[in-house]
Amino acid sequence: MANGILKRLVAAAALSLVALGAAAADSITLASTTSTEQSGLFGHILPIFQKKTGIEVKVVALGTGQALDVGRRGDADALLVHDRAKEDAFVAEGYGAYRKNVMYNDFVIVGPTEDPADIKTAKDAGDAFKKIADGGKAFVSRGDRSGTHSAEQRFWKAVDVNPVGQTWYKEAGAGMGPTLNMAAGMGAYTLTDRGTWANFKNRQGLAILYSGDPKLFNPYGAILVNPERHPHVKKALAETFINWITSDEGAAAIASYKLGGEQLFFPMK
Amino acid sequence: MSTGGVGTAFGEALSLILAFDHQVLDIALLSLRVSGLAVAIGLLIGLPAGACLAVGRFRGKQTLAVIANGFMGLPSVVVGVVVYLLLSRSGPLGDFGLLYTPSAMVIAQIVLVVPLMAAISRQVVEDAWRQYAEEFNAMRFTWSQSVRTLLHDCRYSLFVAVLAGLGRAMSEVGAVMIVGGNIDRSTRVMTTSIALETSKGDLPLAIALGLVLIAMILLLNGLAFVVRNWAMRRYS
Amino acid sequence: MPMFPVSASRLRFEPNGHAVLRGLDLVLGGEGISVVLGPNGAGKSVLLRILCGLLEPSAGTLRWGDYDHCPEGVAMVFQQPIMLRASVLENAALGLIPLGVARRERQASAWAMLERVGLADRARDSARQLSGGERQRLALARAWLTRPRLLLLDEPTASLDPSGAEMVERIIREVRTEGCKIVMTTHNLGQATRLADDVVFMASGCVREHVPVSEFFRRPASEEARLFIQGELPWQMAF
Repeated sequence: MANGILKRLVAAAALSLVALGAAAADSITLASTTSTEQSGLFGHILPIFQKKTGIEVKVVALGTGQALDVGRRGDADALLVHDRAKEDAFVAEGYGAYRKNVMYNDFVIVGPTEDPADIKTAKDAGDAFKKIADGGKAFVSRGDRSGTHSAEQRFWKAVDVNPVGQTWYKEAGAGMGPTLNMAAGMGAYTLTDRGTWANFKNRQGLAILYSGDPKLFNPYGAILVNPERHPHVKKALAETFINWITSDEGAAAIASYKLGGEQLFFPMK
Repeated sequence: MSTGGVGTAFGEALSLILAFDHQVLDIALLSLRVSGLAVAIGLLIGLPAGACLAVGRFRGKQTLAVIANGFMGLPSVVVGVVVYLLLSRSGPLGDFGLLYTPSAMVIAQIVLVVPLMAAISRQVVEDAWRQYAEEFNAMRFTWSQSVRTLLHDCRYSLFVAVLAGLGRAMSEVGAVMIVGGNIDRSTRVMTTSIALETSKGDLPLAIALGLVLIAMILLLNGLAFVVRNWAMRRYS
Repeated sequence: MPMFPVSASRLRFEPNGHAVLRGLDLVLGGEGISVVLGPNGAGKSVLLRILCGLLEPSAGTLRWGDYDHCPEGVAMVFQQPIMLRASVLENAALGLIPLGVARRERQASAWAMLERVGLADRARDSARQLSGGERQRLALARAWLTRPRLLLLDEPTASLDPSGAEMVERIIREVRTEGCKIVMTTHNLGQATRLADDVVFMASGCVREHVPVSEFFRRPASEEARLFIQGELPWQMAF
């Protein structure tokens, strides 16, 4: 009896593993950022793309740094990320075949509505960061090598502040959402992309306090993972996606995504 | 969370369950399939391994037992990273292209549940072995015959190992997040959905999903309890 | 069927320096029932376990017929036989697993054996529901099924009621008539007189007397044996 049950179990387990492994015929893996996933953009544009081409895009949402690592290891077919300097290096080092401009959104600084550092009156983005540092007001950083983290680090550098190690500076080491949860819980400032903010529900006392400086613009690029380095990359399917998202049609789809009546991403077409 | 958030969450959970929300249902089913399969395979490895640890006489047996006990609390994130590196295209098993598929999640969860089930199995079988050893030896059982007979004899107690494994697999998030990638409609399970909704700040929905998950685990345990009692009554 | 006349000389068993057998000499014939008697701590159970190959003597020589290690065909029934969480039938067939008998054949032989020990009507019941006497009969069936040539019984009727003990004794006699050598311990002197061909009287880890049963009870050679028969040496339990 024990034997029979055992054999049936093994057979069933083997069968189901095979069944689970079977994926849709036409699909690509896209390593992207939490900002695009959590803002709801992909939920809006990917069904449009799939309807047209039949290609399913599987999105793994990470920080830009992690997404680039995933691409470097060959675990994705294409990337959609936002850190221009690192993207260019990625292509230059031969990990990516090429990079194309896709769209931009912008960063905003959110903080407690009382605005203790008074950044509402800041001259520009740099000034806003400087006011937070000078006032020693709590600021939560992503601290996860993401595109947002890189952008934030550029601003500190521009105003000659080294916040790391300061008591008011907290590194979350987490995605945008958890970082916003932390800032909301602590009543702290943080830098976020507008899309994630727009879709974020646990705001508590937080509000957008500074936005609009062109330096806060946040461009996204699409990269094809280099098939010469990773031969298993689904080049044709991935290129279909990159060509579509950078086409007029893709641009229209991006522009048509609105949250609360507000357009979050602007195609660079 | 706003006041009454937990109340809202309960309401939302109820409506999710009552409405039989299609997406939630798919996610719950994937959770069940992945964890169920991981436990089924883990059982075929973990239970005999534990029984061998209980019965066998070999060098390093104590060390292995300690390792199995220690690995019961193996951090799922660590397992996730290790399995990720193994399955990655640049890793030793990269050619199979399993990363970011449900199979990858099954593999990671097998690694998580095998030590747990082996440790419990070792404990249960060792207790029985202490009673049976002399008579089995008198009957000239080989150790593999002893292992098989003991596993069969302890089958009702070993239910606990299976339930513990299922609970561990269904509730862990670290490993499936890393090796599955939390891909919508592909590798999104209950725990990664909860993590996602939490990071979107939708705490009521996160808790609602959490309640659904807890309800599932409770239901499975209740079911197992009934089946076990029914089976036990047949052989006192 | 070849016999295993057991011969032991100067057998010592002293785990961790604690002497249990102190130079035991014993020669047993290949047939009949030898009953081992003696007070608590005399080493009776240890002797059976050594004869079954479960314990290794510390010194001395021991032979089973032509073998100097415990051969196949030696079986033992314990005082508290184990009952697996399975049917009576499966428990009876247990001893055939190491002999490599296929499952179907195991069960067929077990059926036949259960009929001989009067348990056929309980075959499908859980073994754990059996009474003490039924358990002993099942354990005897389990051992008998392996066609042993030397069967060792450790207190087979301890704590059984008279009718239970009687059924067990009937089975023991039946096994004997099939030509199987039986060595058993008991504290029941009545049982010894009913079953034994010869009596081995042990005290303090040695064999003090080994004589035909009638002689032992009529003319005990040693003072210890005389006291034992009169009930003046300590018992494990009253009978």
